[in-house]
Amino acid sequence: MSAILEEILAQALQELAAVNDLIELDKVRVHYLGKKGLFTLQMKELGNLDPEQRRSVGQIINQAKDHFQQMLETSKENLEKNALAARLAAESIDVSLPGRGQSAGRLHPVTTTLRRISKIFSSVGFTVIEGPEIEDDYHNFEALNIPAHHPARAMHDTFYFDAHTVLRTHTSPVQIRTMETEKPPLKVIAPGRVYRCDSDITHTPMFHQVEGFLVDTDVSFADLKGVVYEFLRAFFEKDIQVRFRPSYFPFTEPSAEVDIECVICNGEGCRVCSHTGWLEVMGCGMIHPEVFKAVNIDSEQYSGFAFGMGVERLAMLRYGINDLRLFFENDLKFLEQFN
Amino acid sequence: MQISEAWLRSFVNPAISTETLVEQLTMAGLEVGSVEPAAAKFSGVVVGEVISLQQHPDADRLRICQVNVGAEQPLQIVCGASNVRIGLKIPAALCGAVLPGDFKIKKSKLRGEESFGMLCSEKELGLAVDAHGLMELSADAPVGLDIREYLSLDDSIIEVDLTPNRADCLSVEGLAREVALLNKMDWTPVQIDNKSITQQQVVNVTVDAVEACPRYFGRLITGVDAKAVTPLWMQERLRRSGLRTLGPLVDVTNYVLLELGQPLHVFDAQKLSGDISVRWATADETVTLLNNETIKLTSDALVIADQKRVLALAGIMGGNDTAVNEQTQSVFLECAFFTPRAMAGKARNFGLHTDSSHRFERGVDATIQARAIERATQLIIDIAGGQVGPITEVTTQATLPQRPPILLRRVSIQKTLAITLADDAVLDIFTRLGMAVSAQTDGWQITPPGFRFDIAIEADLIEEIARIFGYNNLPSSRLLMRSELSSATEALLPIDRVKDLLVDRGYQEAVTYSFVDEDIQKAVAPEDEAIRLQNPISSELAVMRTTLWCGLLKAALYNTHRQHTRVRLFETGLRFIKKEGEVQQQKMLAGLVLGDVYCEQWGEKTRKVDFFDIKADLQAIFTLKGCEAHFLSGSQVALHPGQTAEILSSEGKKIGWIGMLHPLLEKQLGFDTQVYLFELDQDLLLNKRIPVFKSLSKYPSVKRDLALIVNENITANEIINCIKNSEEPTLQDVIIFDIYRGKGIENGSKSIALTLVMQDDAQTLTESEIDAIVNRLLNKLTNEKNAKLRD
Repeated sequence: MSAILEEILAQALQELAAVNDLIELDKVRVHYLGKKGLFTLQMKELGNLDPEQRRSVGQIINQAKDHFQQMLETSKENLEKNALAARLAAESIDVSLPGRGQSAGRLHPVTTTLRRISKIFSSVGFTVIEGPEIEDDYHNFEALNIPAHHPARAMHDTFYFDAHTVLRTHTSPVQIRTMETEKPPLKVIAPGRVYRCDSDITHTPMFHQVEGFLVDTDVSFADLKGVVYEFLRAFFEKDIQVRFRPSYFPFTEPSAEVDIECVICNGEGCRVCSHTGWLEVMGCGMIHPEVFKAVNIDSEQYSGFAFGMGVERLAMLRYGINDLRLFFENDLKFLEQFN
Repeated sequence: MQISEAWLRSFVNPAISTETLVEQLTMAGLEVGSVEPAAAKFSGVVVGEVISLQQHPDADRLRICQVNVGAEQPLQIVCGASNVRIGLKIPAALCGAVLPGDFKIKKSKLRGEESFGMLCSEKELGLAVDAHGLMELSADAPVGLDIREYLSLDDSIIEVDLTPNRADCLSVEGLAREVALLNKMDWTPVQIDNKSITQQQVVNVTVDAVEACPRYFGRLITGVDAKAVTPLWMQERLRRSGLRTLGPLVDVTNYVLLELGQPLHVFDAQKLSGDISVRWATADETVTLLNNETIKLTSDALVIADQKRVLALAGIMGGNDTAVNEQTQSVFLECAFFTPRAMAGKARNFGLHTDSSHRFERGVDATIQARAIERATQLIIDIAGGQVGPITEVTTQATLPQRPPILLRRVSIQKTLAITLADDAVLDIFTRLGMAVSAQTDGWQITPPGFRFDIAIEADLIEEIARIFGYNNLPSSRLLMRSELSSATEALLPIDRVKDLLVDRGYQEAVTYSFVDEDIQKAVAPEDEAIRLQNPISSELAVMRTTLWCGLLKAALYNTHRQHTRVRLFETGLRFIKKEGEVQQQKMLAGLVLGDVYCEQWGEKTRKVDFFDIKADLQAIFTLKGCEAHFLSGSQVALHPGQTAEILSSEGKKIGWIGMLHPLLEKQLGFDTQVYLFELDQDLLLNKRIPVFKSLSKYPSVKRDLALIVNENITANEIINCIKNSEEPTLQDVIIFDIYRGKGIENGSKSIALTLVMQDDAQTLTESEIDAIVNRLLNKLTNEKNAKLRD
């Protein structure tokens, strides 16, 4: 190797060692390997030599150049690695800090409960129908076999607007309104607000019910029992005990109250179930012939069942809510608990 | 109705525990509401007799009594009660006795005199809430007998919550009948000793209102001793049914009511003027009832009257004038059947509800009156003595309830209950129910007994089968129903989707009452005619909301009063408005927002929510709907006049409002920050456009920015509409990106900076074509909106 070449290589390596970043590195690269670079010039000078010498000198220059290039690559890799490490270090964040932007709200537990009820019933073809809340006496009472002064009216503390207009006391009028306009077979659930003139620890003047009914040929009490059993098991996601007790509603016969094994104490007996181990969750029965008569459906040809349940009651049992009034205070601390 | 278990068991006594008995009743449809012990826990109290009395030397009010408690030696007991006297039999608590409340009786000294026990009042034994003096036991009470045994206190009080159809069980006999039926046992009705007639005086009775009173029995009993003491067993049974003793005459009628279910009434016969009539009242007649209330009668009130005046509200309550008291010497005993139809709602009309009206309204066995009047006679004579007169009976067969046989078809049982019962089983059930059964080819003719007045149609009989068979023994089917594929209506946006969107955008769903405070209602919507409840639960819940804002504002205040500074609520539900006399019930969606736009968070400056934040939320809903809506500056009484928009659908229908709560209302309602509100009509909101595909252009789109100077009163909407109405086929979008007022812009004007997006389906737009489009638009804006290009 010529002294000059040796000097160039030594200088190149020295400069390379002093490089701090990729920009400087590139400058060094151009200075030695660029079109007018020192190694390039050396190569150009080969032309002045005779062919014999040219090959051996060329080899020597190439060796020196390759050596430098290798060193350059290594240096570049190191610099890139360092740069990446620096960026990564600089861009590290505390991922435990909370996210920013709009936070999500929540649905009211009554809505969540209603949606679950609707979903369970719509999976077997029930359709959801709504009705008016200001209702006439006929649809709320008369057509449901509750004539004026019927003792059953005393069970409904009714809000009146005038002698013939009330706030519906139950969702059962939707049964009448539907059967007045649609012919069987019918599979309907009717959720909504209902009103009773009653307000204390366990009563609010407004609450929600879901009415359900099915009318077809050959519907029996066994079908009602089956639907109620399956619904309750689906709703509570548990194979709970269910019992039917004879009861009385003017618009069904036979009528039943449905009890489930207390979900708070698993039937052991607690304050919630008044130490009976049972909780009343819905009323139901076979649609009364007088009701069919009121809507001109032949009760010899068709039969049906109906059931009604309190949505807040089911929500309270499902989520362990202990005070009915919380549903309507709209305290954010309450509402925010129900995802 | 509540009764003593021991009384019930005196009629039928199955070998089952109280718990099982109660369970049986509940599962037979006679729901037991509660079971309470007849007396509190106590022990060591026996029947004692005061055999001598001596004044306490150091205390005026104390006496030193020697009391025979059945032991060899009488006990010395110091007593302060005023009614203590020689010969009196009383409950005596011996040393070692434990009274209710864990009160232990020990030997003690009262003002230096030794006392070996305590003489007790009803209150001290937990039998009454109040007492005056010692409890006086009957003269034949056996001295030394444990008082719990003597008074049969180891008993339960069973409260049965009967449904309106089961009035036949509003008596001990009625319940006994059911218990016997459920346990397949016989039971013994009360044996009545018909007293023989010992005097011939009668009070004549005429029944004018035969529809309402098909049967009336009356009888005079003279020479009674109204001061006689009701026997302890009767007092105790009455007490356990929640009735106090009111003298033997009234006690007997109450007792028979509880025993047989037949209400009776006793009139003081000496206060009657002539014959009795059962008739409708005439308007303006009045009567003063036993509760001392004088009521004005109407012509639909059924009354018992004599020749001079109205004596009683038939089947509801007697009158004061002819009430029995301690001086009464002869009584006229009434035992009638008033029809449920005639009695329905009558007591309520006068704000009354009595044991008697409760039964007549629901129904009473129309065949029991002869038995009941004899039973009451027997008890009166046995307790108060007297001479029995003949019964005056007025029965109108034609108006008595008719009990035709009911056809029960075999196939109906199968159809309704999905069971096949052997004929024997059906016969057994109805025989046990006391019904007459006659077999037919396809079923049975069944005649219910008088006491089952609730049974009238085939469904009633099937219910009885279900009840006796046991609801829980009936089969249950797997859901086997006709199914049809349901349609998926795409043109309707489900409200649930909208709710989810609002929840995702940080809103909390609220549910508020549909009736609201009239003050808030009037403040928020003074022009709406609100519908008023006749009987609101309170003045705060008196009118139906005409806007959901009423409830949301109240809910927001509830929370701001509890340190919440950021509230985002929405609600869905009906609003109720009167339009041209018609009540309209409209489904609405409303929202309320106040406070910071975001929750307090790091790395971001907080700012208050503003109109456009809320507008963006609504625009997101309109994106779901697939239709644009127009927000037009408008005026709404509840909202800030400068920050109110009426929202119109693309077809121009009024969907609702958005805006800031008017500052005056903000202050009046008690907010300390701006409140934003919106309310939309669901029916109009939820119409959804079904998308129609438009092919995509393959050519690039171009953008041109324009800055326009327009008069302050020109709205952004006007500029955008002006551009969109140009019908430039290549114009794809107009985006406003800046509004500027101030330096370089004349007062009263503003600069609107916007981007035009253009794209052609068939070619790449050339510079000259683009310039031409922009120039045409500029000219249009200049001509129509007097817009100038900003230099």
